[in-house]
Amino acid sequence: MTDHELMWRIAGGSGDGIASTSQNFAKALMRAGLHVFTHRHYPSRIRGGHTYTEVRAKPEPVRSRGDGFNCLLALGDSFARNPQEGAYYGDEEVKPLSENLDELNEGGVIVYDTGLLDSDDIPNFDQRVEENDWHVYPLNLREIARDHGREVMRNTAGVGATAALLGIDLQYFEELMAESMPEDILEPNTEILHYTHDMVKEEFEFTHDLRVPEGNHDEEQVLLSGSDTIAYGALDEGCRFIAGYPMTPWTEVFTIMSQALPEVGGISEQVEDEIAAAALALGASHAGVKAMSGSSGGGFALMSEPLGLAEMSETPVVLVEAMRAGPSTGLPTKPEQADLEHVLYTSQGDSNRVVLAPGTVAEAYEQSRLAFQLAYGYNIPVILLYDQKLGGELMNVPASHFDREPNPDLGAVTTEEELEEAPHGPGGKFHRYRYDAEDGVSPRSIPGQKGGHFLVTGNEHNPAGHIDEDPTNRVTQVERRMSKLDGVREFLDDKNTQTYMGPEGADYGLITFGSQQGTVREAVDRLNEAGHSVKGIGVSDMMPYPVEEMTEFLESVDEALVVEMNASGQFRGLTQKELGRFGDKLSSLLKYNGEPFEPAEIVAGFEASIEGQDVPDQQTTYVPAAGD
Amino acid sequence: MSAFSAIGEDREIDREEFTPTLEPQATWCPGCGDFGVLKALKQAMPEVGRNPDEVLLVTGIGCSGKLNSYFESYGYHSIHGRSLPIARAAKLANPELEVIAAGGDGDGYGIGGNHFMHTARENHDMTYIVFNNEIFGLTKGQTSPTSPKGHKSKTQPHGSAKDPIRPLSLALTSGASYVARTAAVNPNQAKEILVEAMQHDGFAHVDFLTQCPTWNKDARQYVPYIDVNDNDDYDFDPTNKEEAAAMATEAEQSLYEGEVLTGRFYVDADRPSYSEEKQAIGEMPEEPLAERYFDDDYEWERTHDLLLDRHK
Repeated sequence: MTDHELMWRIAGGSGDGIASTSQNFAKALMRAGLHVFTHRHYPSRIRGGHTYTEVRAKPEPVRSRGDGFNCLLALGDSFARNPQEGAYYGDEEVKPLSENLDELNEGGVIVYDTGLLDSDDIPNFDQRVEENDWHVYPLNLREIARDHGREVMRNTAGVGATAALLGIDLQYFEELMAESMPEDILEPNTEILHYTHDMVKEEFEFTHDLRVPEGNHDEEQVLLSGSDTIAYGALDEGCRFIAGYPMTPWTEVFTIMSQALPEVGGISEQVEDEIAAAALALGASHAGVKAMSGSSGGGFALMSEPLGLAEMSETPVVLVEAMRAGPSTGLPTKPEQADLEHVLYTSQGDSNRVVLAPGTVAEAYEQSRLAFQLAYGYNIPVILLYDQKLGGELMNVPASHFDREPNPDLGAVTTEEELEEAPHGPGGKFHRYRYDAEDGVSPRSIPGQKGGHFLVTGNEHNPAGHIDEDPTNRVTQVERRMSKLDGVREFLDDKNTQTYMGPEGADYGLITFGSQQGTVREAVDRLNEAGHSVKGIGVSDMMPYPVEEMTEFLESVDEALVVEMNASGQFRGLTQKELGRFGDKLSSLLKYNGEPFEPAEIVAGFEASIEGQDVPDQQTTYVPAAGD
Repeated sequence: MSAFSAIGEDREIDREEFTPTLEPQATWCPGCGDFGVLKALKQAMPEVGRNPDEVLLVTGIGCSGKLNSYFESYGYHSIHGRSLPIARAAKLANPELEVIAAGGDGDGYGIGGNHFMHTARENHDMTYIVFNNEIFGLTKGQTSPTSPKGHKSKTQPHGSAKDPIRPLSLALTSGASYVARTAAVNPNQAKEILVEAMQHDGFAHVDFLTQCPTWNKDARQYVPYIDVNDNDDYDFDPTNKEEAAAMATEAEQSLYEGEVLTGRFYVDADRPSYSEEKQAIGEMPEEPLAERYFDDDYEWERTHDLLLDRHK
């Protein structure tokens, strides 16, 4: 598996430019014709502290991180703390090298910066190198950068060195640098890139086999993260208002939108707290603009109240929830899928909302567009649920995927002409919440429209919006609001939002939701290659739940393993609750250590589960079916 | 033609247009000061020249929140303390709307205190009416943020150990460009102040003293009141922030000593509104954003070029 793919990891200190360097590296490989996928790991610190990004590249489509990696560029942590603080932070200085060795595959390549790292400080380094057949290339990248430009350019020196060792054409890096750097920085960087590349080629005898594979794309590709595609989906669907408060990892979507909106004549508001943020989105939406807000777990908790108001008042709005590990502030920069129940049931009363969970970077664009179509088409709040992994990972997608027409349709609203004909109450109020609306969707008027005034209220209300506690009115309105989900279900069924993997007639099922979809897909492929009969499904609709599709899927398999990143099996629980059966067929593979699954962990977990054995990896947990 | 033809309609407005012909379920007690606010607001509308379809009245929760039920316009009875963020976004989405937010002292100065501070500092072009009766009414008489120190209630049986909020000073230091106090017992001044507040281009805060005959029987009924703008004893310049601040402080202190000072305390006609500021830096379109969704000729931007430019 490692023969024809590159899994390059760049490690250093937070703030040392690891993210930007790896992004350029991934882009260069994409331009060279390869499929790429990145996996980001960073601590909850601004500067200093161990961080890395992995870039996986293959000639074939790649949708997941790999198992371990095969090339390490260890740059050193220039912000490392005083080693005397080691009791708390560990030995920061050598972490870019020492922390990564456990996951480096046999036969792997190591390039490290001797200007910042000393391999003598790492216990048994030489012995481990020998045992694992690693190929080590120590280089004083810091000195090279300093001599030919500035010390911060050691990233470029490192890229030049690994490019030489892996046989990557420098032209792709040069082009990317030329596109992004001002002249005075570009020149020394270019020099450093070439100098290091040539020097490595001349001075080292290459003992390793690893070379970058060759690839070729049929069509033009773009490199995007899930946060990017959520933002572009919103913009293409006519969203022109966002309000938010920064919180990792939701901040990425907020930032991208804040930079794009002024360009297209939209409005972004950074406000005092998340309650205000969601309330602003409601206010803008009520006044006739497609609006969104969002946050991560703790911030989303504050939005419960406006979310409930959106349900009761049928004000359309899209809220994104970027999950990170919880409870409370949890692991601020690490992914988890444990907010599912939170977004399904938060706020008082019966939930009357739509919850979508995209599974890939490309799908996040679709679901973001769908979210707005549903919110405005049905006058209902829609939550787009994703996690830190999907938000931050980069993946190549054909550019044509995003070449679509915009859709600014404001959905279920009236025109002034329609208002003239529409029923009004004796007080002159427009019947905004009429009982007899088609599919339960009673179109709304927008303030400023003649003859359209009505009252919005979070209290139960009659057709004109007046507060009304009459039991018959109450039942009618509740049922009308709830019935909208039936229309949403039909709408979603037409869009084929679930993702199927593997052979249709397989005996076993793997079920997942959200960001684990790509990893499960790779596991399904590997299991079938290894002779198992397995198919998978990545579920995107959390509310309304795809009852029919899932019933069909589960009836067709003997057993199914639900793969999710939380400790309580929330998605498995939802599945059993919604379907009311299959408790004896569903078992769980769970991971909640702050890292997403690797494909091999799912493969091993599956194999152990069907053989009734313990899951081999202590970082994952197996919970058997109720009938076992 | 505009999709919002009610906006800017040129005709005589009758205050009775704002009275629901269908009597809402009675929620205000007999003698409630809230009726004074309602009356003043209805009287102000013809002078402001706005019709019910171009007014958005956003309220919070509490007795004050029921204002919408008695007032005919686009109404948004929202959630406790959150009228301001909803109102200000509606104003950003369509600056041509007449946006009024209203709430009580618990709603506005307690649970919504944070939003009050931030809306004032941003100077959104809107009017904020706070029904200040120094008590929680709808939840049956608990101590509120404006209740005097020592105020006894079922939830603070030994008397409040807290100093009350000083709303005028808070509005002023937060950045409100119009600050006034009036009283339900003074309908003429109240109407005048509401007209001014609505015509003011910026955040206009009106602390509206209302009596609660049910739960705050001991409270003064805010009579006799003194209009500080009409009284030579209180010679100050409301356009001078320092003088305004001193006057506001005096009014807030003296209220708890039994003297009711009302009037406009601060007026800054020069400060640009938030929409103007945002438009000046290029972060808000000149035309109302909401209009765009009804404009068939508007060419909606595709993100594809942006995407190719950044991600290829």
